Amino acid sequence: MDNNDFSLSVALAAIEPSFAWCIGCGSCTATCSAAQFTEFNPRKINLLIQRGEVAAIKQELKKCMLCGKCQLICPRDVNTRKIIQNLKRIMQ
Amino acid sequence: MIRHFDPFVLPFIVGFTFLLTALAVLYSRWFIQLEAGSHPKILSAFFSLKTLNAIKEVFLECLIHRKIFKINPMLGYMHMSLAFGWFLLILFGKLETFIYTGRFANAIYYPIFFRFFELNPHQSALLNFFNISMDLLLLFVLSGVCLAIIKRFKSRVTGLKQTTKHTAGDRWALSTLWLIFPLRLLSESLTAAFSGNGSIITQPLGDFLGSFLPAQQLAYISWWGYSVCLGGFMAALPFSRYMHIPTEIFLIFLRNWGIFTNKKYSGVSNFELHACSRCGICIDVCPVNNESGRRTTQMVYFLRDLREKKLKHSITENCMMCGRCEQVCPVAIPLTTQRQIQRDKSMQKPFSDFSYLERISYNANEPKTEVLYFAGCMSHLTPGIRQSMIKILEASGIKYSFLDEKGPICCGRPLKLSGKTEEAQILSEKNRTLIMASGAHTLVTSCPICYKSFKEDYHLNIKILHHTEFIDQLLVKKQIAIQRSDEKIAYHDPCELGRGSAIYNQPRQIIRRVGQLVKHPDERENARCCGGSLANLSVTTSERNEIQQSVSSYLSSQPCDIIATACPMCKKSIGRFAEKPVKDIAELVASGLDESFMNEKAIKNQKYNELIFE
Repeated sequence: MDNNDFSLSVALAAIEPSFAWCIGCGSCTATCSAAQFTEFNPRKINLLIQRGEVAAIKQELKKCMLCGKCQLICPRDVNTRKIIQNLKRIMQ
Repeated sequence: MIRHFDPFVLPFIVGFTFLLTALAVLYSRWFIQLEAGSHPKILSAFFSLKTLNAIKEVFLECLIHRKIFKINPMLGYMHMSLAFGWFLLILFGKLETFIYTGRFANAIYYPIFFRFFELNPHQSALLNFFNISMDLLLLFVLSGVCLAIIKRFKSRVTGLKQTTKHTAGDRWALSTLWLIFPLRLLSESLTAAFSGNGSIITQPLGDFLGSFLPAQQLAYISWWGYSVCLGGFMAALPFSRYMHIPTEIFLIFLRNWGIFTNKKYSGVSNFELHACSRCGICIDVCPVNNESGRRTTQMVYFLRDLREKKLKHSITENCMMCGRCEQVCPVAIPLTTQRQIQRDKSMQKPFSDFSYLERISYNANEPKTEVLYFAGCMSHLTPGIRQSMIKILEASGIKYSFLDEKGPICCGRPLKLSGKTEEAQILSEKNRTLIMASGAHTLVTSCPICYKSFKEDYHLNIKILHHTEFIDQLLVKKQIAIQRSDEKIAYHDPCELGRGSAIYNQPRQIIRRVGQLVKHPDERENARCCGGSLANLSVTTSERNEIQQSVSSYLSSQPCDIIATACPMCKKSIGRFAEKPVKDIAELVASGLDESFMNEKAIKNQKYNELIFE
């Protein structure tokens, strides 16, 4: 836990407060276009960032097609595309 | 010529010389920067009807301001009186001096300060006619200046809820511009007071002022003021929004010769950028402005920031790309193209890995499919649309395949709109391969976003139809039939389908067959953005909700039973807040399908082909 990096989580919440609204229901993952074809889990990415385990997500992020289904389905109105877009910018 | 000289003309000469030099330098630089191939194109178009058309357009748009008249007559009058009035002042002034001196070539400032140099009242009737005309024209221009001043403080008079916030250069130019014409009136009147060379307005005004003021001394000061303001305005022009006055003329010629901004920023983009007059007409129609109260991101500010090289990425990003501003822009600047170019530029190197798509192939069995249906990502979240399309396809008896039944590969447009063109190409290339492998002659999609992408970026040599076009064809060819109901239906034009792809009629033709089409003010080209747009990566959830709520309450307030649309995204966005049922046109058609007709006609279809995941 001491080695975990929470800076990304803090930065994201500052850019997009709705990042913190996630209840982990997994609707995004269930509906994700990329997840139909490969191992890809937006819910897990969110969880890993909140836990500060950011090393694993860089490769995962590359799979997103930015289609926006996750945003449309999200029951908590999380601005998922903005989060992914900013994540990509930060991780690049 | 030296006999007509006084030191007070110097500020004007300096300003005028500076302006001409600045314009010559800028325009030749932009002209050189035009895309390769533009120069021969201009040469071949130069001696053609296109040039005459351009001259006509310059007259109608730069002088008369026809498009602004259509938006608001008061606003149109304001622009026309300033532009056309000033133009006529220059023209009549030149003619008057030509007739007076008998020479065409006079000092450049001579017509402008004519009444300072020629104090004797005119003798001939012709010259008196010019004198009267010049007075009336000055009055015409002054009425425009008055309106402009009123507009600055009470913009609603000219039909604008909000007017543009100005930069320092703009304010300087604006102040001098406002002062030019009152000072001209004052100078000419005061001169008329002691020389009697005035006309119907300047003479009585001069006589009145001269009755209690030292006219001769004040007149000289006033002429100085007039010259300084003219010179000051011309010197400020290249740094202000008034750069649009000369630039729009060049832009109109370039446009008529077929020179546009394509995918890259080029010389013509510079002409477009500087042709923006910051009239602010784009502010009121912008969904991000109206509903969310953000006044930094509209096109007028975007172009200004771009021009001053201080454009922030957050501004470029915060736009729905709905194209409403482009539709009302009186200068017809390709605004969304300009923004898209900046989005492309601001992106860093590709950051994606779509290698998982390689495993997907298309299993084309015999018999070959005729129509390939691609629902699109968003339609997968509106199962009603997807199921309705299947029902319609089955009823039509056409051999079809459902390409993305097991889940779609994104068409790539969302990535493209966010500036990631290279990554979008990977997706479109994959989809293109799958589409071509199907052997279908027609591709039908339910999503206007995919539709625009297929049309513009896929280079498919098969027919591409949005489902409204497809259903309309089926109905016309009597391949399906529907029972008409009495329900009143208001249609919401999706941005990408309406303004984006110019499909307005087919959806309406279908609705007229389903029920009664209700007209409403914000339709067709003036349709509002539903707020769901994937093009905006910066808008917050609450701002997005405000836009959705506003358009929903507008549509709900129309005298209709059903709100119809033709886009899964619009259906979702409006459906969240609307007080009336929101249906896609496909759903309306599917629920109204004439069963008796179907039984005779329909052959039970199987889906012949499908995607295979290895």
